[in-house]
Amino acid sequence: MSQTYQIVVCGSVVPDPLQTLEPVTGPTGPALKNEMMLPMVLDPWASHALYEAAHLAGQHAGSKVWLVSLGPKPKLQQVMMTVAQKVPFELVALDGPASGFADAAETAAALAEAIRGLAGLDMNRLLLFGGWESASRGAGATLSLVGEMLGITEQFQGVDELTIQADGSLRILERVEGGRHQISVCAAPPAVLGWATGNRPEPRNNPQVGMMNMRTIMPALQKARAVKLAGEGLTYASVTLPRQQRETRIIKDWTPEQVAEDVVKWLKE
Amino acid sequence: MEKILAILFVENDGSLANPALETAGAARQLSQALGGAPWMVGLVGPSTEAAAAQLAGCGATRFLQITSPELAQARHATDVMAAEAIARTAEPTLILAPATSRANRILPALAHRLKGCVDTHITALTAEGGQITATRWFYRQRMEANFRRNRRPWCLALETGCFPTVQAQGAPVQLESVPVPASGWNTRTQVTGFAAPAADAQTIRPDAELLFVAGAGWTKKQADGQPHVPEAEKLILDFLRLTRASLGSSKSLVDLSGEGQAVLSFLTHLNQIGQTGSTPRHPKGLATCCHGEEPHTVGWRFITERRAINLDPNCGWARGKADVLYVADAFAVMRKVNEMLAATAKA
Repeated sequence: MSQTYQIVVCGSVVPDPLQTLEPVTGPTGPALKNEMMLPMVLDPWASHALYEAAHLAGQHAGSKVWLVSLGPKPKLQQVMMTVAQKVPFELVALDGPASGFADAAETAAALAEAIRGLAGLDMNRLLLFGGWESASRGAGATLSLVGEMLGITEQFQGVDELTIQADGSLRILERVEGGRHQISVCAAPPAVLGWATGNRPEPRNNPQVGMMNMRTIMPALQKARAVKLAGEGLTYASVTLPRQQRETRIIKDWTPEQVAEDVVKWLKE
Repeated sequence: MEKILAILFVENDGSLANPALETAGAARQLSQALGGAPWMVGLVGPSTEAAAAQLAGCGATRFLQITSPELAQARHATDVMAAEAIARTAEPTLILAPATSRANRILPALAHRLKGCVDTHITALTAEGGQITATRWFYRQRMEANFRRNRRPWCLALETGCFPTVQAQGAPVQLESVPVPASGWNTRTQVTGFAAPAADAQTIRPDAELLFVAGAGWTKKQADGQPHVPEAEKLILDFLRLTRASLGSSKSLVDLSGEGQAVLSFLTHLNQIGQTGSTPRHPKGLATCCHGEEPHTVGWRFITERRAINLDPNCGWARGKADVLYVADAFAVMRKVNEMLAATAKA
């Protein structure tokens, strides 16, 4: 059965995982020290969702992928220089905070509004993708809230695999406890899929795809709507770094036998 | 006055798993901290008798249940309908649920339907002067925040291993049934089964005493200039068999398998620990052939005792991330460890 999809991927920027992060208290609540100076990347789970979306769209001619992203415009622009070279998509940018301390529901409301405004949106073909968590807030709530706000009742989180079956139904593998996958079959779109890592490697940079994407990315960034997240009713009492710094004992000159004995003794303690 | 509701999903065998009992424990603890605020239990599942028996004498003021064969499946549409029906009957200001895959999937939607708010991955709840403060980690376990919310109902998913469980004692509970939603169950999605490795090939064991992490070094060229992947596989699997440890990995090693390189065949993304992987809870952790970079070690936040074996004395583990770093060849050490463990097992 031939089917085309409208795949909307929600995802934003997060600090490069190799950066040292330090919390500070700003006028609007907690933030990261030098947040605007930190190098950013597209959130790893959102990246997986985007690659899966592009893969699916590639298999079903006529399908389209949007990336709806709420983040500081300069940072989005910087990150898009790399992301745009990976897979074809159309960017919908919202200019606002991408902080982990921002409220998931307020973020979701802004994203849902942007999705409702997509030209030619057809709910019967809509697959809402995103990361099941993020490397910032990591709540696993935003995508689910966006889905709920859009009235989508079929939701899946921790997805590692999506297969379109011959009858058009969606076969989905979700991560559950104990290193297992729950297998579900969803009759048809619309559906929300919060992706875990999936099984697809990161696509190689493709300058041609980059050039094609940038034709729509720059205008999208220029007309990015400003979004304010007030954090209404949410008060942070404290944000601290973990105090635990271990005194590492470095053992250099032991034979493998000595190390093994020590390890076995420790395992039995 | 706050009113607390613990929403607990019943397992397919009819019982409540530990995370659910911890959530009931957290509700009781919070009720006491709030000076005896009423707390209720809402049970969701195909049948709830066995689960109710586990809560005997727990001190909850009301026990609600919603049962249906459709609730045997962990499915968003039906689970959120059931939880909403219970919440509308109980009218709580605080809704607690265990941070399991099933409850995490529905809690944000439930909060939205009740016009409330939601927070997940909660590791502590305190109450002082009637004000409730929740604690959770941000930026993948890199910083911890305490926060409060004014909006109600406030839905909270509680991490496992952070709260005491309730133990059955005393009189059996009286269950009140909540009617099935008038609109009927939405069953557009069907759960058809589970995919899991065979029991002897299952390497992820959440209840294990030890987390054993295999890093990318296991697949690299060794002193003789050749990689020894089959030997690495045997050493690791033998160790797991002898210790019943849970197997974790770094992203780099898992990614290699996605790129089609010769790697440890039993590793998948499910084994991945760290920034884009899991953050398991085990009393001990042993890392081998892994550099201990920050994106990986953030996943070790809840590993109490940490040791590492690595040839590089300046690796990340040496910088305050492990208690002990053995600068040694993991192949040689693990070979000896396995011999010793096997000898002990025989004796």
